[in-house]
Amino acid sequence: MTVVLVDAGGTNIGSVRYALQRLGVDASLTADPAVIRAADKVILPGVGAAAPGMARLQALNLVELMRGLTQPVLGVCLGMQLLCEHSEESDTPCLGLIPAVVRRFVDSPELRVPHMGWNQLMRKQPHPLLAALDDGDWAYFVHSYAVPVGGYTLATADYAGEFSAVVARGNFHGMQFHPERSAAVGATLLRNFLAL
Amino acid sequence: MLSRRIIPCLDVRDGQVVKGVRFRDHVVMGEIVDLALRYRDEGADELVFYDITASPQGRSVDRGWVERVARVLDIPFCVAGGIRSVDEARAVLHAGADKISVNSPALARPELIDELSAAFGVQCVVVGVDSLRDTDGEWHVRQYTGDPDKTQALARGTMDWIIEVQQRGAGEIVLNCMGSDGVRSGYDMEQLSVARAICNVPLIASGGAGTMAHFRDAFADADVDGALAASVFHAGAIAIPDLKRYLREQGVAVRL
Repeated sequence: MTVVLVDAGGTNIGSVRYALQRLGVDASLTADPAVIRAADKVILPGVGAAAPGMARLQALNLVELMRGLTQPVLGVCLGMQLLCEHSEESDTPCLGLIPAVVRRFVDSPELRVPHMGWNQLMRKQPHPLLAALDDGDWAYFVHSYAVPVGGYTLATADYAGEFSAVVARGNFHGMQFHPERSAAVGATLLRNFLAL
Repeated sequence: MLSRRIIPCLDVRDGQVVKGVRFRDHVVMGEIVDLALRYRDEGADELVFYDITASPQGRSVDRGWVERVARVLDIPFCVAGGIRSVDEARAVLHAGADKISVNSPALARPELIDELSAAFGVQCVVVGVDSLRDTDGEWHVRQYTGDPDKTQALARGTMDWIIEVQQRGAGEIVLNCMGSDGVRSGYDMEQLSVARAICNVPLIASGGAGTMAHFRDAFADADVDGALAASVFHAGAIAIPDLKRYLREQGVAVRL
């Protein structure tokens, strides 16, 4: 099985790669369209902001390629947000693969932004990506923007209201939290993705 | 529900974990990777590694150990010590750290915080604040606290600085109350509560943890998002699983 990490410039690329190595998978980091197209699994990691993330995909000529992929694709954190239609962050058009608009958490004295730390996952619909996951399992989140709940939502978390923690539409999947930093729960979910 | 975080802090000197009392007299405790995994297994929510000699010596963090930790650790970790530029921060983040924490270099050049948050997003940028109440009754920040001979008292007020760093793009603030650090008499609840009222990003308490009740107080009364501690964990005075069970009984949301 070949797994590639799309080099969209996120700083968590190394962490995701190490997490896959712990599962026995040596993923290559690439921006080469032919390598990405030929892979069995494609992961779009990402830490940072939506606009530079999309700008980098455009500069690498990967936007149409990402949209046309047919193998299982996983976006992690910002990578999941880039799969959506649009992000409020710098008013950025995204890949349009998940029918959602990414919105900022509204901070207040009761709601600190970024949403940073361990939060609990609640399953919304059955999916092989959630195999062996229990309601209440903990995952590590770090983000200021979130995907609202919709028909694409597989699991949610709650931060002054529910938002999408895991999404899927067709062969495109996303995790808002960092599976590579979510201990055993994260490893289970990454293993599930590799088994799709 | 978002849990409150328990964060062991490991001081790193020359690639090994050391401990000291009141920032002095350091002794080697063990290898970084071994201790990181031990705390992960015990249920730590996050780890902070402070390269305590990097800033006073004017050098940056050694990337080698950052990468060694990143390969094996599956919980988030933050690296602090001597990061003075976007390039140095990028090297640490690309080596696998989730966050970088800046302290003395941000005091020397506050624009560093703006540059880091623009380059990596606020979620990567932690600002450490070392604070001590002075004879005028106000809290003031300290610089270069990793080396007692180089520690400097600054005129800058702690609360003014906490407001400024948020405006500049700090995604999290670690408030190290030096008056209570290493003596295990409890977190500085007064200072933490004042800081909490002006802090809209996650606030981490540091300095003074001695008993499990001290953690409860910091979470339940000062409403901090995380509690950082070193000596009580390193010495085995408090075991993290016991602490988390206690906190849950006390109504504090923790990951178990």
